[in-house]
Amino acid sequence: MSNEAILHGSEVSTHEAHHDGHGEHHHHETFISKYVFSMDHKMIAKQFLITGIIWAILGGLMSVLFRLQLGFPDTTFPWLENILGHWAKGGKIQPEFYYALVTMHGTVLVFFVLTAGLSGTFANFLIPLQIGARDMASPFMNMLSYWFFFISSVVMISSLFIQTGPASGGWTSYPPLSALGDASIGSKTGMDLWLIAMALFVVSSLLGGLNYISTILNMRTKGMSMTRLPLTVWALFFTAVLGVLSFPVLLSGFILLLFDRHAGTSFYLSDIFLASTQKALPNEGGSAILYQHLFWFLGHPEVYIILLPAMGMVSEVMSTNARKPIFGYMAMVGSIFAITILAFLVWAHHMFVTGLNPFLGSFFVLLTLLIAVPSAIKVFNWLTTLWRGNIRFTPAMLFAIGFVSLFISGGLTGIWLGNSSLDIHLHDTYFVIAHFHIVMGVASFFGMFCGVYHWFPKMYGRYLNNTMGYIHFWITIVGAYLIFWPMHYEGLAGMPRRYLDYSGWASFNQFGGLNHFISIVSIIVFAVQLLFVFNFFYSIFKGRRVKSENPWGSNTLEWTTPIHPGHGNWVGEIPEVHRWAYDYGKDGREFIPQTEPISANESEHH
Amino acid sequence: MNIAMNEQVSGQKKRIHPHKFTLWVGLASVIMMFAGLTSAYIVKRSAPSWITIEFPKTFWYSTVVMLASSLTMQMSLRDFKQRDMAKYRRLLTITALLGSLFVVLQFIGFGKLWKSGTTFEGSGEGQFLYIIAGLHILHVLGGVIALLIMFIKAFSAKKKNYDAVPVEVMSTYWHFVDILWLYLFVFFLTMA
Ligand code: HEM
Ligand SMILES: [Cu+2]
Repeated sequence: MSNEAILHGSEVSTHEAHHDGHGEHHHHETFISKYVFSMDHKMIAKQFLITGIIWAILGGLMSVLFRLQLGFPDTTFPWLENILGHWAKGGKIQPEFYYALVTMHGTVLVFFVLTAGLSGTFANFLIPLQIGARDMASPFMNMLSYWFFFISSVVMISSLFIQTGPASGGWTSYPPLSALGDASIGSKTGMDLWLIAMALFVVSSLLGGLNYISTILNMRTKGMSMTRLPLTVWALFFTAVLGVLSFPVLLSGFILLLFDRHAGTSFYLSDIFLASTQKALPNEGGSAILYQHLFWFLGHPEVYIILLPAMGMVSEVMSTNARKPIFGYMAMVGSIFAITILAFLVWAHHMFVTGLNPFLGSFFVLLTLLIAVPSAIKVFNWLTTLWRGNIRFTPAMLFAIGFVSLFISGGLTGIWLGNSSLDIHLHDTYFVIAHFHIVMGVASFFGMFCGVYHWFPKMYGRYLNNTMGYIHFWITIVGAYLIFWPMHYEGLAGMPRRYLDYSGWASFNQFGGLNHFISIVSIIVFAVQLLFVFNFFYSIFKGRRVKSENPWGSNTLEWTTPIHPGHGNWVGEIPEVHRWAYDYGKDGREFIPQTEPISANESEHH
Repeated sequence: MNIAMNEQVSGQKKRIHPHKFTLWVGLASVIMMFAGLTSAYIVKRSAPSWITIEFPKTFWYSTVVMLASSLTMQMSLRDFKQRDMAKYRRLLTITALLGSLFVVLQFIGFGKLWKSGTTFEGSGEGQFLYIIAGLHILHVLGGVIALLIMFIKAFSAKKKNYDAVPVEVMSTYWHFVDILWLYLFVFFLTMA
């Protein structure tokens, strides 16, 4: 109510308020305005989610393809040639295509799935619902945010179909490789399309992020002070702050790269002799390290952009399903804040061995290792939240617990990598691959699954199938460990990343069997994700119906809306908030919703 | 109901309007982009093959034009608040024209630089200037387009709207691109 007053304040006096009191909009909605160019945050969330799912299938499929190569380097798969044509001549993935696959896999999963698909979905869905707002501060910008993402997706996909293929210099696109069209075929048009798609993606993220921040700060319902916000909203808030402040820097790096590619400038280029054309290039004075600084200034915050929303949802789902208040609410908020600040100060730990001044490196070691402190606080709080809880093992809860396990396993290896001297050995090996897939890739996917299983009833008014959920969880967590745990050993032995065939390499021959094994598990895990996708779409139409407004017995505001909330979320007034979101198991009551006033004889919380 | 809403409105007066707030966050984001570029500049400046440039006079003229446009923007906001719509529209037009003139002058400046031998070749002060000032121009053009939209809105008087928020948002943005240019110009002059 008050939000509308602010937004449409001065129109009120001049013409009849078209949404008096009810908030629920009863405008005539066409198919286009409801499903396509929707300005309802809930519909936009679903658009992000479904686009993200499609991207995840594509990105996952790419990894299956290159795992086929890594696990079976001597086998040919004639059927591959049937689908992929000259990229898989003779049934073997060609080196150029292998690099294109790993590059696209990384880009797609980091940006399109775990950034847009994750933040885009849950920031849109949960922020207005959990803070008690009818919609975002600017629904129009919100819609643009999705459509920029969509166009960016189209450009990125189109690069898969051009003759020279997509970008193939790795998801980080380091120059000089990415700056010189003659350096590899993946550095030709594919690289331009990659840069354009990424620029559009940055615009999409900024439009979204601006909205999330100003919605959270300005549009909370009465009584919803910042310290009463659910941790999901806190996490999404800091995610947006990270994005808004770091994506523009990435954009500036890309702009310089575009000029180096096409205008003849030498920001990143110097003293280069190109083997492919047998020519010395005139470029002088550029520095490839400069790009790395600009890239990782986003790149490191980006990994937390991916992780924080997962952390927030895990906290919320865990407290709800342990029927216990979250342990150390303020410590949770404080540690997200600390992580956000530190995330801006550690980017050079990705550059320890790429020519960074070693003296500078020691500062970055210190700051990097400091991240372990807030991370450990969070882990401690999750574990103590679980401790002696009345745990309901719903699929969402299992994924939340799985997240904590993965975060511990992957965080510990981060401490190894954060030591610049150890990193000399470990950099660009499979150890790094194992580290970031466990701590970021799989963990954030778990956070996302946790969110989808938990909020699906709110999104579609139906439940996901539980049996399929349990199968999905157990196979995924066991599979994820089986895939990535062995990679630590490969990395410790020095096996470098980004090679397509290790069989000719005496020191890494021993891992042939292991690679074989990893590839088989990857295929199984991928298949189980398809089971989830089936469950998702099946349940939208055929899932068990939700019968009550608050199926999980949860305290937060989204569960006070009707089972199928319209645009505007609440019929009638937006409820007022009287307490924090975590009064579970208090005074002998299982849960006390945020909307319930504090009664006279109630005990103080924490 | 209406009365209740009006009370709400006056009760909310002190809180910053979400659109204004969004603008401020957006500006922070723009600042980060230019911070990224100027930091890159500072790093590159110490490289051995760094080449500096002589600024053509045109850039001084364009700076004056930019400053003047900020003034007219501020005046048009004042007139809007006093509901002097004719004056408001006139000043809005002048602001847009000055903005466009600024862009033209920047390009003339670029042209002179280019003729004097500073092309895209290399990565010295000149190349950074083309890119950084070029991006700034894009932000000015965005502002000019927004001004035009406001201008059209001011004429299509379907409903009388005296809501000052859009005009305030516009003027904040305009002052921002003005100050941004001042910062960049001083930066280039002092950090040669
Ligand atoms: C205690 C916490 C952590 C520390 C100390 C740490 C440290 C590091 C270091 C030093 C590297 C560079 C390794 C190299 O390239 O040689 C690295 C790579 C990476 N880390 Fe972490 N990390 C931590 C947690 C995380 C988290 C929470 C995420 C994501 C959510 C993450 C994502 C990544 C990614 C994506 C890379 C690899 C990027 C690439 O080279 O492609 N890390 N980490
Ligand atoms: Cu990092």
